Amino acid sequence: MFEAVAFYLFAFLTIAMFYIVVTTKQALYALTALAAGMIFISAFFFILGAEFLGAIQIIVYTGAVMALYAFGMMFFDTTRDVKEAQGNKFIITGLATLAAVLVVLIVSAPIISENITAYYPALPEVGNTQEVGMVLFTKYLVPFEVAAVMLLVAMIAGIVLAGKKMDLSITLMNDAEIHDMKIDQKLDQHKKVLS
Amino acid sequence: MEIGLNHYLVLSTILFAIGLVGVMRRKNLLLLFFATEILLNSVNIAFAAISHYYGDLTGQMFAFFVIAIAASEVAVGLGLLIVWYKRHGNIDLDTMSTMRG
Repeated sequence: MFEAVAFYLFAFLTIAMFYIVVTTKQALYALTALAAGMIFISAFFFILGAEFLGAIQIIVYTGAVMALYAFGMMFFDTTRDVKEAQGNKFIITGLATLAAVLVVLIVSAPIISENITAYYPALPEVGNTQEVGMVLFTKYLVPFEVAAVMLLVAMIAGIVLAGKKMDLSITLMNDAEIHDMKIDQKLDQHKKVLS
Repeated sequence: MEIGLNHYLVLSTILFAIGLVGVMRRKNLLLLFFATEILLNSVNIAFAAISHYYGDLTGQMFAFFVIAIAASEVAVGLGLLIVWYKRHGNIDLDTMSTMRG
């Protein structure tokens, strides 16, 4: 009973939040609604008994990803309304058809694969976090290491792409140096526009 | 009323359709990234639900790797977006018709 109430409550909240994300014209509303939707999704993981996954969802998505997006939005002009793609009847019809086909496929998939058996059965006597640790560090050790390397590559790429001129500190420079730096930047921009 | 696997799969489908609509109708690249996050999260719900109802941990493992991939995608994508914005002053999809930086 409580499971059903929680499921329908969080399903409604998640769908409402994500609907706001794709329809609003304000980028800030989209960001906050997305953060709220991520937290509501972690509720499903807790209902399903995947506590570790729920904690990871909150930490990674609302802690790291949303903070990164908020940081990135400081660079962009977000006060202006977002332009939308023009409504095309063909695209809308295609999308609706695609969504309907997806519903049929996904609902029929478990019926087709009814004779499926558990490959790594969950152990009832230990907690979810212990189970995850046992499977992750035995069977999925190589993908785990590859994911770690991929995150390192992503970190280096992010630093290289976004962190230019990080060796300069505006707080340690005097006014004349900052003025010179700004003029240099404007010259660079003009050169790029002309080239 | 008992909540079964199909409830979660239908919810996942609805969220996936919402994300798909977002990908199609957005022009701003930042909001396009938000829509891809919705797609990845809806798939995560389906993985966790299947993992629960079949008593198998593989679904949760895949959800972990999806989260790791989403995190690295955000880092690289935002870096590229910042570089583009510094050069061109906007992040609209229509202006990115050329491959030359």
